[in-house]
Amino acid sequence: MIRLRKKRLLGAGLLAAVAGFALLGPLHGIDPLRQDLSAALQPPGAAHPLGTDHLGRDLLARLAAGARLSFGFALLAALVSAGTGTLLGLLAALRGGWAERLLLGLADAVQALPALLLVVLVTAFAPGEFLPLYLGVALALWVDFFRIARNTAASVLARPQVEAARLLGFGPGHLLRRHLWPEVAPLVATLFAFAAGTAVTTVAALAFIGVGARPPVPEWGSMMTELLPYYAEAPLALLLPALLIFLTVLGLHLLAGRERG
Amino acid sequence: MGGLIRALGGRAVQALLVALLVGAACFLMVRLLPGDMAYRIAASRLGYDLVDSQAAEAVRQELGLDRPWPLQLAAWFAGLARLDLGVSLASGEAVATALSIQLGHTLLLSAAALLLSLLIGPPLGALAGLRAGGWWDGTLLALSAALRAVPGFVIGVGLMLWLAVAWDWLPAGGVGGWREVILPALTLALGLAAASSRVARDAVAGVVAAPFFGFARMKGLSDAAAFRRHGLRNAAIPVVAYLGLQLVMLIEGVVVVESLFAWPGIGHALVHAVLGRDIPMIQGTALVMGLLFVALNALTDLACWLLDPRRRAA
Repeated sequence: MIRLRKKRLLGAGLLAAVAGFALLGPLHGIDPLRQDLSAALQPPGAAHPLGTDHLGRDLLARLAAGARLSFGFALLAALVSAGTGTLLGLLAALRGGWAERLLLGLADAVQALPALLLVVLVTAFAPGEFLPLYLGVALALWVDFFRIARNTAASVLARPQVEAARLLGFGPGHLLRRHLWPEVAPLVATLFAFAAGTAVTTVAALAFIGVGARPPVPEWGSMMTELLPYYAEAPLALLLPALLIFLTVLGLHLLAGRERG
Repeated sequence: MGGLIRALGGRAVQALLVALLVGAACFLMVRLLPGDMAYRIAASRLGYDLVDSQAAEAVRQELGLDRPWPLQLAAWFAGLARLDLGVSLASGEAVATALSIQLGHTLLLSAAALLLSLLIGPPLGALAGLRAGGWWDGTLLALSAALRAVPGFVIGVGLMLWLAVAWDWLPAGGVGGWREVILPALTLALGLAAASSRVARDAVAGVVAAPFFGFARMKGLSDAAAFRRHGLRNAAIPVVAYLGLQLVMLIEGVVVVESLFAWPGIGHALVHAVLGRDIPMIQGTALVMGLLFVALNALTDLACWLLDPRRRAA
């Protein structure tokens, strides 16, 4: 138990560090898009604390903007999918019948394709734009929430105390609040952290291969694509976005606190 | 036998779902993308200099793009059912021909990656499981947790810069002999091994703690003999079953890793098709990747059934 607590604290600490780094951008006050070709690929110095990239853009400003983008994206995508999935899962368990069968079929259909393939298919509608990325990631992620909420809720609803509550005349509102939510919420919270981690890596990976966010958007994955040819001149510039992705995802996994699956 | 047939039947339904999903998405794409599809197809046939509205009209008539959309949708799926995947808008090549070449490359890469991951992950995990709670157990846990937080493309970039650029051991990309396979396969394998080592560790730790294993040791078998005769097969079942879950990681990894290492497989082709808005090619590549996923899953079902006599009896 104590080890689990420590792990979670470490995860929260890592995330707080990256979030603090994201806030450095506005304090630093340099436009992440401003180019200065006479100051390209500079090492860390007074004017640019982390140096500059191949177009002379300030790396601290770009990395911090990338952190805000990744955090915002992960949070929104995970919130949308967690909200939709949990709600539909509880609904399916409470209502049963054709609604449940329909939703289960839908979940099977979505999971027939590997998640990244689904996201790539959705982004194909408008490569380089963010809306399809959000939609694709949320579409892929809601299924896990749906399954876990529905399965947990179904097992809770079969218990004798729920039967008793129903016979006493308590409605679905009471069942939801007193019986279902306390069981479902911790699982959803764990899954939420994993889903946010998946969202961060998906956005970075898609941007890296050119299907997601595109230059000059300051996104970690696309920064790595841009800086890969300059690995010899500016190894730090290539390493930092990778490090930030690693710390963010590791923080989320530790925060989730338990093994996946 | 009944269980196996039911599982394989489920996979057949899944294959059908993949075809429907991909087909519907690509059909929607044709309808929703800005610009005139007939014009674009005509331009891909004749070149943008020679195309005019008459040529576009001819294409419209020929492909029936002016018919109401339910009819078009039906025609689209009829084509899909005949495995008529059309012609790439970018190269003019038949999609099926291009896919048959790319599929070979992707299968080679996937097989190499799976093999490497099985050579790395489960043995390391088994060592940790035999001495659960020991120093190696803790080290491996930290290693695999760290590795699982690194996206595949970051592993790939790291390996490329280290083994191909700094040490010049292996080619950084392309396709040819066996040397080109190693880097992309190793990239995929490390991600897979991070997960499978944990499964193997838990499985082996479970077997070692089981009464039947204690009995085998008590009757005088050595550690190695007891594990070989009584542990290996029992521990292998969850590892193989978990392969099914890992296939998602493998297929997703293939899309990214093939692009990074310029490996001319299906994932690489899919990314190119998306960037070029080459819809027949998107459809073909996504369909084949999805079906590959289902086929590999069916193989995993079969392997589990063969490994575990309890399932055969049920």
